Amino acid sequence: MKYITLFILSLVFWLLLTFKLTVPNIIVGSVASLICSLFFGRFFVTNVYKLLQPQRYFWFIIYLFIFVWECLKANIDVAYRVLHPAMPIRPGIVKVKTTLKSDMAKMLLANSITMTPGTISVDIIDDYLYIHWIYIKSEDPEVYTEIITGAFEKYIKRIIE
Amino acid sequence: MNNMISLIFITIGILFNLLGCIGIIRLPDTYNRLQAATKAVTLGCCSILVGVLFHFGFSDAGIKALVAIPILFFASTTGAHALIRGTYHFGIKLGKKSVKDDYKDAVK
Repeated sequence: MKYITLFILSLVFWLLLTFKLTVPNIIVGSVASLICSLFFGRFFVTNVYKLLQPQRYFWFIIYLFIFVWECLKANIDVAYRVLHPAMPIRPGIVKVKTTLKSDMAKMLLANSITMTPGTISVDIIDDYLYIHWIYIKSEDPEVYTEIITGAFEKYIKRIIE
Repeated sequence: MNNMISLIFITIGILFNLLGCIGIIRLPDTYNRLQAATKAVTLGCCSILVGVLFHFGFSDAGIKALVAIPILFFASTTGAHALIRGTYHFGIKLGKKSVKDDYKDAVK
């Protein structure tokens, strides 16, 4: 089942990219999607029927708005640190615990963290994320866990798990 | 009107790209430079692509620009993650200004 879903998704993606509804184009697209889904199908989401639940898309749209806002804040923050003559940075790597369970959710969380203010995820080992932070605001694990993952975790839980 | 909006988006995009480049030159070590390289440059490129979408409307070039945004997003975040992890495992130390390193215990 997940191979078929991945095949349909990649075919739609191909048609959007090429934007031509001719027979040769569709045949080439089907062959390319077939190869993709055969190789990468086993990494796709485990429970495909979750894709059919509308409330997940609703939370995804809300999440997108929050994400764009956080992303803008991130850029202004980095711009400020770069242009400031004294360069106010306190970099370091911190360890953050996440409550998310599935691999897909952890991936989305790590990618979101990479795009938010001054943080890049370095590694994920079991339930812990290692994060490089350009300005460590606090030494207390609970406080910085809340600052880094707080904005996203509850939405990602509703979208994916 | 659409031309105006697309010009504004493209200007913002180029400005963020410029800030990212200044960041790559000014920041002290590899890890901090990656911060500037991923965030500012990704938002800059996404902003330019949104400008292109407004310029062409929902025609074939506009849709391609829209589809390029998620690809760019996943490629740049995954690339930054791979680069920063590779840098650490290669043995490059954190810069002098660094105050904390929790990852050291996890690697050994």
